[in-house]
Amino acid sequence: MGQRLDFERPLQELEDKIKELHSFMEEKKVDLTDEVSRLEKRLSKMESEIYENLTAWNRVQLARHPERPTTSDYIDRIFDDFLELHGDRLFGDDEAIVGGIATFEGNPVTVIGHQRGKDTKENLRRNFGMPHPEGYRKALRLMKQAEKFQRPVIFLLDTKGAFPGKAAEERGQSEAIARNLIEMAGLTVPIICIVIGEGASGGALAIGVGNHVHMLENSWYSVISPEGAAALLWKDSSLAQQAADTMKITAPDLKELNVIDEIIPEVKGGAHRNVEEQSKAIQSALTKSLKELTQLTKEELVDHRYEKYRNIGQYTFVTDTIGLK
Amino acid sequence: MLKDLFNKKKKYATVPSDKIKQDVPEGIMTKCPGCKSIIYTKELEKSHKVCVKCGYHHQMSAPERLKNTLDQGSFRELDAEMISENPLSFPGYVERLEKDQKKSSLNEAVVTGEGTIDGYRTAIAVMDARFRMGSMGSVVGEKITRAIEHAHKEKIPFIIFTASGGARMQEGVLSLMQMAKSSVALKRFSNDGGLFISIMTHPTTGGVSASFASVGDFNFAEPKALIGFAGRRIIEQTIREDLPEDFQTAEFLLHHGQLDRVIHRADMKKTLSQVLMIHGNRGEK
Repeated sequence: MGQRLDFERPLQELEDKIKELHSFMEEKKVDLTDEVSRLEKRLSKMESEIYENLTAWNRVQLARHPERPTTSDYIDRIFDDFLELHGDRLFGDDEAIVGGIATFEGNPVTVIGHQRGKDTKENLRRNFGMPHPEGYRKALRLMKQAEKFQRPVIFLLDTKGAFPGKAAEERGQSEAIARNLIEMAGLTVPIICIVIGEGASGGALAIGVGNHVHMLENSWYSVISPEGAAALLWKDSSLAQQAADTMKITAPDLKELNVIDEIIPEVKGGAHRNVEEQSKAIQSALTKSLKELTQLTKEELVDHRYEKYRNIGQYTFVTDTIGLK
Repeated sequence: MLKDLFNKKKKYATVPSDKIKQDVPEGIMTKCPGCKSIIYTKELEKSHKVCVKCGYHHQMSAPERLKNTLDQGSFRELDAEMISENPLSFPGYVERLEKDQKKSSLNEAVVTGEGTIDGYRTAIAVMDARFRMGSMGSVVGEKITRAIEHAHKEKIPFIIFTASGGARMQEGVLSLMQMAKSSVALKRFSNDGGLFISIMTHPTTGGVSASFASVGDFNFAEPKALIGFAGRRIIEQTIREDLPEDFQTAEFLLHHGQLDRVIHRADMKKTLSQVLMIHGNRGEK
């Protein structure tokens, strides 16, 4: 079952109680079946209540769950023949981004994603999934390669942001992100992006300009992390829970704002509860997207992406201008 | 009765106003942040708002920039009536917008339109840091995208002067998506041979630096302009070391290969004209 989050504590207590009764029954050879089934019913009701009414902050917690599946967990389960490819040919290999070639249901694809570590040691190697410019440039190299050989590109987004460091700035973090946005805009193959965990700001968007953008039910995607928003807007990062709500960062919020296409449902309690099941849900979303997008010509794919982003935003007009005439 | 009169008097006691205390009448003199000397504002305006003593480039408003860059009387504004909504119903956002509209006499943080530079027709966008720190929300993204599309349709170059703290927080993910929106338009424009010149002025950071500002066919900047992706404080907290004095300045970026040139404001128009001339895009006056 894994590590439980604070809002899951009532469930944990009930589960423990049921377990206790079970062992008691076995030990003392008494029949408490009625009591157990009553508690199990209560548990199932409570589960529904909690998981169907998750707050924005609960979803952020699930997206950050230490056992939440990462890009490579999904690559292993959804794709075949994956061959990881390294390096940007300019500076180095950034392990905060993984990418390579594979087959998806028998067809060649390129798959690229942010890669967090599973433990501290791996996180140090992968810089907690926060890329440097060479990570984005590796992604760029691989997507151009995909375009040359006309295979679709699938991006898995999961980052706390592009790394804010001295070396990253020196090597042009801004340019690396900006270049990817431009090149993704013009890529003549299908691009499908799926937010699997955290989608923070330009660091996520840098591999996030797609024909279809989907989000896992308990992932988040915004211009800044809830903590960053709280610090910047209210000078108090402890207001992160409130910011998570105000900033409208959950999958249902983004669907409502017309920024994403599909919400991929998560297994009850979050993706980490059953990686196999979750992979199947992602796979079926990918199958559907690819079926739709592979019917489009190169030009249509680029136009489709253009129309998608061209229409994002809300504004209005006033009749008299107060500014320049 | 007598007591009442006495109280009334007390109520009207006068306090010397702050204005009287000031030595320098507001507006006439300006203190230079570069060398701390007091300069006549009029004199500063004559020198393109560059300090004659230390060369510090004072911030320019969008109207001042247009005046400084375009041929006199050539500017025709586009989408001046476009204003922001409050898509996330963010508390206090509308009030802040209204405050900045009053303060800057602008409807939003960017002014877009068409004008000529030494006779060369060009589409132009100028960001104004006085308005919500020049941050990019839906309106800034839309106006810039429309300016790019205008340049595309008219087959003229697109020039932008950036000055922005990045994406606008109060519009959340919609602000982030403006980076993608302007990018899809720029890519189309570029594929058809459109010329795009980006001039980064103080400050150009975050989402603006990480989108159109950094991908000009020509990337220029003004001296000492702060340009970067992440904020200095955040970087210092993350890597726990002090950063060099010139970190994220235009000169720092030039040294690290991120800029084509750093251009003094007095030479800006001349340089732009030279680039336009070489690309042979002479419009009619």
